Amino acid sequence: MKILVAVKRVIDYNVQIRVKEDGTGVVTDNVKMSTNPPDDNAIEEAVKIKEAGKATEVVAVTVGEEKAQETVRKALAVGADRGIHVKVDGILEPLAVSKILQKIVDKEKPDLVFMGKQAIDDDCNQTGQMLSALLNWPQATFASKIDVKDNKLEVTREIDEGLETIEINVPAIVTCDLRLNEPRYASLPNIMKAKKKPIEEISASDLGVDVSPRLEQLKVEEPPKRKAGIKVANVAELVQKLKNEAKVI
Amino acid sequence: MSRESMEYDVVIIGGGPSGLSTAIKLKQIDPNLNVCLLEKGSEIGAHILSGNVFETRALDELLPNWRELNSPIKTKVTKEKFLFLGKTKSLSWPTWLLPAVQQNHKNYIISLANLCRWLAEQAENLGVEIFPGFPASEVLYNEDGSVKGVATQDMGIDKDGNKKDSFEPGIELLGKVTVFAEGCRGHLGKQLIEKFELNKGKDPQQYGIGFKEIWEIEDKNHEEGLVMHTAGWPLDNNTYGGSFMYHAENKQVFLGYVIGLDYKNPHLSPYDEFQRFKTHPTIKKIIEGGKRISYGARALIEGGFQSLPKMFMPGALLVGCDAGTLNMPKIKGSHTAMKSGIIAAETINEHLKENKDLSIYENKFKNSWLYKELYEARNVKPSFSWGLILGIIFTGIDQILFRGKLPFTLKHKHADHETLKPANQMPKIDYPKYDNVITFDKTSSVYLTGTNHADNQPVHLKLKDPDLPINYTLEKFDEPAQRYCPAGVYEVQKENDVNKFVINSQNCIHCKTCDIKEPSQNITWVTPEGSGGPRYGNM
Repeated sequence: MKILVAVKRVIDYNVQIRVKEDGTGVVTDNVKMSTNPPDDNAIEEAVKIKEAGKATEVVAVTVGEEKAQETVRKALAVGADRGIHVKVDGILEPLAVSKILQKIVDKEKPDLVFMGKQAIDDDCNQTGQMLSALLNWPQATFASKIDVKDNKLEVTREIDEGLETIEINVPAIVTCDLRLNEPRYASLPNIMKAKKKPIEEISASDLGVDVSPRLEQLKVEEPPKRKAGIKVANVAELVQKLKNEAKVI
Repeated sequence: MSRESMEYDVVIIGGGPSGLSTAIKLKQIDPNLNVCLLEKGSEIGAHILSGNVFETRALDELLPNWRELNSPIKTKVTKEKFLFLGKTKSLSWPTWLLPAVQQNHKNYIISLANLCRWLAEQAENLGVEIFPGFPASEVLYNEDGSVKGVATQDMGIDKDGNKKDSFEPGIELLGKVTVFAEGCRGHLGKQLIEKFELNKGKDPQQYGIGFKEIWEIEDKNHEEGLVMHTAGWPLDNNTYGGSFMYHAENKQVFLGYVIGLDYKNPHLSPYDEFQRFKTHPTIKKIIEGGKRISYGARALIEGGFQSLPKMFMPGALLVGCDAGTLNMPKIKGSHTAMKSGIIAAETINEHLKENKDLSIYENKFKNSWLYKELYEARNVKPSFSWGLILGIIFTGIDQILFRGKLPFTLKHKHADHETLKPANQMPKIDYPKYDNVITFDKTSSVYLTGTNHADNQPVHLKLKDPDLPINYTLEKFDEPAQRYCPAGVYEVQKENDVNKFVINSQNCIHCKTCDIKEPSQNITWVTPEGSGGPRYGNM
């Protein structure tokens, strides 16, 4: 079994996001970037499945600018066998990414495609689902547990009501939740070894995919500042304020 | 459990200007040398904080073609101001009356973090292996007592010291020479200085705490290239310190405050002095209408020549502010740190190729402009122990009339942890409330640093005696850790009428002030899990 894992480079989750003054986006210059956290879970799970002898190869793929390759390099340092970097500059929407991934799947013929359930930058939560539709493969989203059983997967999903366990046929798409596992650390010797693992570079135009945005972004703004709270003297005043000022009762 | 080990010709600890310069120079001299560099921050630059007005002298020597290499050194200093602040007034000091060391017209306003990121690129292009996110936590020694290398921190230990599932043991990095470039109060450098008695016969080291905020200000208040320093208010005549305000590119100003850690009043809160300073009419009118986008703090070394330890020992060298090469009257340490790294690389090369002893570092250092700079600057900082006014008068005579060549050397008398007076003998200070426009509380400030430490790991701020803060320091000094820590790590909380000393180590921004100022030296800063700490952008 071969597993393809898609990883995305995003602003590190510890960084306080700042909106550009001209409203065209957020500041990314000199900002610490990292792998999208649930993508780390996706890589970890794929490597675990391989270590359990149930997969033969883990291939990490990313789509993005030159520096996006760092996320593939990190995936290689925690156990992926080789990498693919599809180079695209500029804004990338989930549809473009899933079309590119579709081409990579055609080329690589994996049995499973893993990725994070959503990216923490645009929070779209669409790429896995769109890829599933494009490939006409079954999908298991928000996975918090994955059991590989011959040609089937038993996947536990994090849903609003609790946990849902489903069985799907392979080939399949799985999008991973943060509860799936605890990603391992990249050890220093493994980082060294990862520098020697191959990363294939492909440009989006070679794949024949049109990546031009389908959405027009009007403006990026900071959420309004929360006003400071006030103290009320008694219940009557509270009710009066809820009624007349907040207008919620 | 035995650890894996990797061998290099040279292992460098710390990705600041001194460590990176050492690495670059080594590879320039001999591309075949195997050089690796460890950095505890999540990336190069993540733990760097500096003013910074940059003198290019050392960089001109290291990378003479830096102007062609797309370096982040762009904003030339175009104008200078020096102000004495009274409570509401300010008095401008004519720049022609400033000592030559404080004149900046050939210098640049830069972000040192960005300079380090760029230096790291140059180093990697030369083949240096750089490993961010790996703190060196332990010095390794050969049987003959010489330094053998370092071990990196174990990863995946829980708060009680047990191994988690994700446990990853540290690695031993062995070097023919190990270079310690951790910056001010490096925790391994501190151990080495003690073990090899490198500071024997030297004055006690002197430190300061430096704060920095980056503000995006209104166009009308911004004057790219302007460098402004102040002395005076809000500090009293007996407390050493002052501010900087550098107008950088993109409508940003780098605003900061430095306070000598030899202050005497335990009620003093360096953080609040900085916040209060911003409310001075002269300062407020510049930043009003702007937005604070970054905050950070870091201890810096001020002892200079008299306190500089021996920088070599068997198998290892100290460079930059791990030793203490900052030039205090010049308010600059980057070019001196870089120069010390360049000299270290030359030393190591001769040591490896010609079997010369590492002690040749001292002679090379003495014959360099770096030594001359530090020697001539040596009397400025100690003269301020007489107070601001006498300090300025003496500095005028020493620096302008004699250019640092007076035939005597003033001494630093006390280590900074010895200077606090008992709380009941010193006046309490009533700091104004934060207005959330110009001044802010510590919590919202720390939020801007992007600081995080993986939870469920051992506390990296170790107490030698866990009861001392409550049993002694609270009573005698009103537990000053609550105030000298710029990140609100230390709190005294009352639980059922019993005082409890709380360490919020996840807030720690790695400034090392507690390790320096704690009056009984009861707090020891050790390395937390890799990548922990602040994620500074262009500090």
